[in-house]
Amino acid sequence: MENNKSNIDMELETPVVGQVKSRKRELLRLLKENKLAFIGLIIFVIFFITALLGLLLTSGKEPVFDPSMVRLQEKLLPPLASPHLESLRPHEVPKTGVYVFGTDDLGRDVFARMLQGAWVSLTVGFVAVGIAVLVGLFMGGIAGYFGQKYIGLDHIIVVLLFSTGATLSLTGKSFTGFIVIVIDLAFVFSLALIRWKSRKSRYFKWLDLLRKKTLSIDTLIMRVVDIMLCFPSFFLILTVVALLPASIYNIMIVIGLTSWMGTTRFVRAEFLSLREQDFVTAARALGVNDYRIIFRHMIPNAIAPVLVSATIGIATAILTEAGLSFLGFGVPPPNATWGNILSDGKRFIFDAPWLTFIPGFAILLVVLSFNLFGEGLRDIMNPKLRERH
Amino acid sequence: MLSVKDLKVYFQVDGGFSRAVDGVSFEIQDGETVCLVGESGCGKSVSALTIMGILPQPPGKIIGGTIFFKGQDLLLMKEEEMQKVRGNHIAMVFQEPMTSLNPVFTIGDQIEEAIRIHERIDEAEMRKRSIQALKDVGMPSPEQRINDYPHQLSGGQRQRVMIAMALACNPDLVIADEPTTALDVTVQAQILNLFKDLQQKRRMSLLYITHDLGVVAKIADQIYVMYAGIILEKGAARDIFYNPCHPYTRALLASLPSRSKRGSKLYSIPGSVPDPAHTPKGCPFHPRCSFALESCTSQFPGMSDWGNGHFSRCPVIYDKEAGKGGN
Amino acid sequence: MGILADVRLFMIKKPEKVEIENCTMISTSPLSNQDILRVEGLKKYFPVRRGFFQNVIGWIKAVDGVELSIGRHKTLGLVGESGCGKSTIGQLILKLIDPDGGRIMYRDKEITRLSQGEIKPLRKEMQIIFQDPFGSLNPRMTVGQSIDEGLRVLHMKGHNERSERVEELMQMVGISPGAADRYPHEFSGGQRQRIGIARALSVEPSLIICDEPVSALDVSIRSQIINLLKELQDSLGLSYLFISHDLTVVGYISDSIAVMYLGQIMEYGPAGVLYDNPLHPYTVALLSAIPEPDPDDRRELKALKGEVPSPFNPPPGCKFQGRCPFVEKRCREEDVAFYQVGDGHAVRCWKVAGG
Repeated sequence: MENNKSNIDMELETPVVGQVKSRKRELLRLLKENKLAFIGLIIFVIFFITALLGLLLTSGKEPVFDPSMVRLQEKLLPPLASPHLESLRPHEVPKTGVYVFGTDDLGRDVFARMLQGAWVSLTVGFVAVGIAVLVGLFMGGIAGYFGQKYIGLDHIIVVLLFSTGATLSLTGKSFTGFIVIVIDLAFVFSLALIRWKSRKSRYFKWLDLLRKKTLSIDTLIMRVVDIMLCFPSFFLILTVVALLPASIYNIMIVIGLTSWMGTTRFVRAEFLSLREQDFVTAARALGVNDYRIIFRHMIPNAIAPVLVSATIGIATAILTEAGLSFLGFGVPPPNATWGNILSDGKRFIFDAPWLTFIPGFAILLVVLSFNLFGEGLRDIMNPKLRERH
Repeated sequence: MLSVKDLKVYFQVDGGFSRAVDGVSFEIQDGETVCLVGESGCGKSVSALTIMGILPQPPGKIIGGTIFFKGQDLLLMKEEEMQKVRGNHIAMVFQEPMTSLNPVFTIGDQIEEAIRIHERIDEAEMRKRSIQALKDVGMPSPEQRINDYPHQLSGGQRQRVMIAMALACNPDLVIADEPTTALDVTVQAQILNLFKDLQQKRRMSLLYITHDLGVVAKIADQIYVMYAGIILEKGAARDIFYNPCHPYTRALLASLPSRSKRGSKLYSIPGSVPDPAHTPKGCPFHPRCSFALESCTSQFPGMSDWGNGHFSRCPVIYDKEAGKGGN
Repeated sequence: MGILADVRLFMIKKPEKVEIENCTMISTSPLSNQDILRVEGLKKYFPVRRGFFQNVIGWIKAVDGVELSIGRHKTLGLVGESGCGKSTIGQLILKLIDPDGGRIMYRDKEITRLSQGEIKPLRKEMQIIFQDPFGSLNPRMTVGQSIDEGLRVLHMKGHNERSERVEELMQMVGISPGAADRYPHEFSGGQRQRIGIARALSVEPSLIICDEPVSALDVSIRSQIINLLKELQDSLGLSYLFISHDLTVVGYISDSIAVMYLGQIMEYGPAGVLYDNPLHPYTVALLSAIPEPDPDDRRELKALKGEVPSPFNPPPGCKFQGRCPFVEKRCREEDVAFYQVGDGHAVRCWKVAGG
């Protein structure tokens, strides 16, 4: 007992192996050391505040900066030009006193339009990536955690046929959808028949084969990921957007639903390795249920690389949205986005270069800052890469 | 043959230095087996890497000391000269047989590469040499095995290949860093026997690094007990095991479980191994030492001579027992 | 051959010839009602799959007919080299994976076929301690939360009582209770191992599976943990299944020992008997391969030739045939039964049992 006591005292005196610093403070310090990532973070914060301010200042009944105010007599003024006060009504005069970023071909204040566009870019980036991360976490989590369960090919076909039929019926092609569902039911019926009758019936031999072949859930999900990755995503988005009514929400959803594959792969790999960790086994031995294991033990440990890829994903989403708007498939007018400011401005590229230069530079800066910050985060999270800086 | 004097290697850590090796001296004679014994983080592997000149710098930094090998200071050598010494004169065997072989080359390729760096001989001769090298380390059917890839071999066979590569150029000194720790007992016995055989046949010197006192007892001529970057006790194997003169060595030996100690409580050293970034002042072992006096907390202990090349860094025990116990 | 030259193998007394079908060794043992856990004919085969449809092309027989029994308040040491299936046995007993055959009896209740829901009440009876102190604690949870988890999941006690219990547990394993809201990376390996033990103890189990609990620790820390395990066994009346590859540790801590090779128990007996009078050639080889910490004992270690073969589609007959120095034709043809050779001492070798 005496020895035991002294043991406890020892632990009290030397409780830790030096690293007393909290994890968060440590991360912050590493971030500060990584100059580029820190600059990225600062630009990101400025962009975030600008976008929020932009939403406040450009919306409402009488916005401070009205992005859709047309002043035809003031068109194509260069940045920092003063408005011709004599020809404007008082509420048409910009609150800043000058046109900070000039005006476009309809005499709209580019500064106000950029502010509004910042908010659009921000929401598109975050919502699209949010959707992608949620889908990715879900699919990757299932593939990684329940991946070793096997399902028969017949079940897969039944579900696929049914969901195709249901989607077709719901999107207006009700007759085709009905036919597909009938085929599905016939398939289910014949499967039930061979189970009920002899297994060796000649006619149903191929059906029986389907029943015997199994796929793991993991294989299934990962092959879907592979197939999705085969499409050049920008053209896939273009196609889908062309079919759907133009709206900012459709764009977010479409971008989100075509960019979850990377996250899925990440999460699956993380889950596969975490599953084998002793602390997960210990939790299972204590009787912790799957739900709690996934949300308390696995996701908190798998989320770091996902967040890193999400940061870089936001940059890609912003770029995609700008591209779509530039091509005229994006957010419908009169809403301003950086992409359609750029697109409008390209006709005047020699007369009013600021109309292309300003949104282009803003996109460059924001995308670059996200990428820098994302890569910095990755280096910080991965101790092996730390030595490079 | 090899003489390390007052070697100091520090590692850069957040806002300071971690004293991985803090003034270590040892010597290896021709044909002798010297064991560095110590727990994790005591600096034994760092010493080995420094001798080989493959210490990653940064974060490591050699602060001071000399490593004389056959009259030349390895620390002052240029990289090209060092390249010649490595493999030709000093070779190393690592702990992890799974990762220390390149998975995309056959083991024949890898052994041949080890030879090619130092000698110019034609292909057929090279082949013969590599097969002979595999035969020497007791690899079964080396003619076929030479075309195998590392993943086709078991852990023990991989370790044999590593030893074959190390011995390919007949080095004078082999540094083995925990070569059997990752292996099963029966395979460990094979490898230990192999080391002893090879050493007798080739008269090479062996610097064997391990934490396993059983292994040390089997092969060591000289033992250096390391703790927190310094050597606490050194001497011939029998002196260390039968007449340990440092509290740490005594405690280590007493804490070994064995069947004869069944039923009685094992001796245990309180506390944990110190973090090399925060080694205690004075004698680094004093917070865990049952002999510790007030003076141990402030004074760095000197080496006391027990005769026959047996030294220990504990003045307390020396004062108490040297009169009767020290031979 | 040289190997095992002085084996006592052929000098032993001829044992009583009791051949028992499927090994009833455990149930005939007079102490059987004292056993907390019994395992009979336990099997676990892992499928090896290939191709897009993942067709099964063969089986890894990780555990292939294992008999064990653990006495109340006793320690059973399970020794074997890597890949022999000893960790799989731990997971099977805890029902973390489902066995493919055999029976697991816990306190005379068969638990082999229980579903995950039915096993839940038994979760607080059996717990596990792991080898790797770095992987066994969730790095994103404070150690207090880790220890608390079992109490919370099994709905034991209210919030205040739970935190009191956590403090008590930490005190019990020698960690200052004030450190409950620290994260695992702030602790050393030995301290983490103590926290892992506290987590296992939180639900007041009777049986703890110790899966190589000291193999990853430094020598000076190892004896602390061994002593702690011993003390806890005495004060709480625990039973241990002590899985290890280290014969010296097992010999010190165990009451009885089972030697495992390629998914089967090769020899089973009280620790003293097994060490003093090992019968199976594999046990003999294992024991003579331990380097003793004695520099005067410079005899060459008796090394077995070869290494543990893969458990993938093993040949028929004795599992040890590939490395056994005394292998005969019969060993390659017939499966070997478990022979009772003494009081609680059994061996899976017909030659030494005189069968």
